[in-house]
Amino acid sequence: MAPFNLAPLAGSLGYFLIFLLLGVAFGVVLELSGFGDSRRLSAQFYLRDMTVLKVMFTGIAVAAVLIHLAAAFQLLDMSKVWINPTYMVPSIVGGLIMGVGFIVGGFCPGTSLVAAATLKLDGVMFVIGGLFGALVFGETVHLYDGWWHSTFMGRFTVQDWLGIPAGVAVLGVVAMAAGAFLLGELAEKRFGGSLTAEQTDPARVTSFSVGRPSLVGRRGWLMVGSVMTLALVVVAKGQPTVADRWHWIQPKADSLVTGRAIYVDPGEVVALRKDLTISVHILEVRNEADYNLFHLAGSRRISLEQSQDPKLIRELQALPDNAILLLVGNGESTATEAWKRLKAQGVLNLYVVEGGINHWLEAYPPNPAVAQRDGAASGGTAGDALAYRFFDAVGEHSPSSHPDIEREEPQPEMGGGVSAVVASTQGPWFDGSNAAMRLFKKKVKLQKKVAAKGGCG
Amino acid sequence: MPDTSRKAARYINPYLGGALLGVVLFLSFYITGNGLGASAAVTRVQVGILSVFDHAHVDRIAYMSDLGGGDRKPLVDPSVYMLLGTLLGGLISGLATHRVKVETRRGPNVSVAARWALAFAGGAVMMYGARMARGCTSGQALSGGAVLSVGSFAFMFAIFASAYLLALPLKRLWN
Repeated sequence: MAPFNLAPLAGSLGYFLIFLLLGVAFGVVLELSGFGDSRRLSAQFYLRDMTVLKVMFTGIAVAAVLIHLAAAFQLLDMSKVWINPTYMVPSIVGGLIMGVGFIVGGFCPGTSLVAAATLKLDGVMFVIGGLFGALVFGETVHLYDGWWHSTFMGRFTVQDWLGIPAGVAVLGVVAMAAGAFLLGELAEKRFGGSLTAEQTDPARVTSFSVGRPSLVGRRGWLMVGSVMTLALVVVAKGQPTVADRWHWIQPKADSLVTGRAIYVDPGEVVALRKDLTISVHILEVRNEADYNLFHLAGSRRISLEQSQDPKLIRELQALPDNAILLLVGNGESTATEAWKRLKAQGVLNLYVVEGGINHWLEAYPPNPAVAQRDGAASGGTAGDALAYRFFDAVGEHSPSSHPDIEREEPQPEMGGGVSAVVASTQGPWFDGSNAAMRLFKKKVKLQKKVAAKGGCG
Repeated sequence: MPDTSRKAARYINPYLGGALLGVVLFLSFYITGNGLGASAAVTRVQVGILSVFDHAHVDRIAYMSDLGGGDRKPLVDPSVYMLLGTLLGGLISGLATHRVKVETRRGPNVSVAARWALAFAGGAVMMYGARMARGCTSGQALSGGAVLSVGSFAFMFAIFASAYLLALPLKRLWN
């Protein structure tokens, strides 16, 4: 399923040609639309010639419809598509600055390349200016680096924002584009054709203001109508559900589960938590009562239902490249179910802690004064009941919660005012100093996020 | 002496151009999982040029070092291949439509030298803003808009708002 993982091709001629040809098509379309002419671009801002608006909005609307149509028919996996992350304030301020450059320079970066390629010297100067601007940015960004990374909202789409289906958002974009075209055509009717000074100067005459064909009218509405119809198909079809997505990956994912490739030994978890280059995130899929009795230090509780919450998915996908996600249940079954759902939604570097909390407490046994294995509970590693009876809710205040924090020797217990060190007799439970080196088979492989960093970003 | 023997072809209908652009953008997302872009590549070219003259300087600046520090090759990147393609595509289309010509397009009240200076200044300001916004009109507005990113729409409205606000005071540049 698209998009294709091109990473293995990197460095080959084919890889080069794919991007080169996409660029060629981009350049041809821009040139054919007249984007190589700074006057045509700037005329947009004097409402004489609304080509920029028409081309851009048609492009966005058509691409949005095709992309989401492909996604609706399960031909394109949106979770692997790069969506420009939102840094709200820097992008608005950057946009305001770019508007100044647009009206002064008469191009935007993409169009200036086409102008330069057709030997328009103003385009060449704009490109050189652009190189200089990029240099100045590189030299000055450290002055406001914090601000530049502020108001980060991650992968944040219109449908996430408004809480509507993706198809409806696409339909809204198409409707917005149609409205913009109507206004654009009205503006051209009123302000267009006022280029008398230019038209009298043969050296500067252009064809665009004379007898410009207009699609508004029957053909125009036919086109808007057909794009709108496709958008309605997207709405009716709906985007793939988590269950659909699971079906895509089921054969491969099932073999990972049965081959136990996703189950990580507690010993490996401890090793990962000690690794400063890895950022370990633990999600416990357990009920609140059990979680309060005992959980791993720094973990966070989620419910199984939450594993389908788009907000959580967005958050997990926004984690940096070195993040490892570990799911923990009391046993394995609930955590495995959560693994399947999250995996289906494209969450990477996702593992389940082998045997859950029950197995964890066997590996790092709690002080019997805190909890004891409940013989009656048929928990074990397969079931999903907590197999330990806690006499008190210790949360993460137990050495078993953070075996990665080692201590040289057991902490003395301080008795009221007596400073004498009470030698603690080392019990058969884990107290931070007596972790036997656990032997484990390394399972975790850090996977780079598939979608490369965005074309422009 | 302008070549008048071959008349430049007319530009295509903007809605047709837009529809073609939409298809190209879709293909880019479908095949590579990523949109179209220009400004990232321009930055890479800039870092590439700078590292020829002062490689140590590129190493010292975190932002540039990410692209071309140490033995990293800033120009070996899909965005640069796409930039080459865009130039090539513009040239091919310009040749086919007889629009390749050494000339300076400018407003009626602006001299050639002034237009060059303004284009340089505009290019510098534009690219500065594009880096701040993490993308230009193609990579951020067009590509982000097609996948419905909220930040991309906010960015797009910001560009148009500021250009329209300045259009009247700078009327003489283009009219």
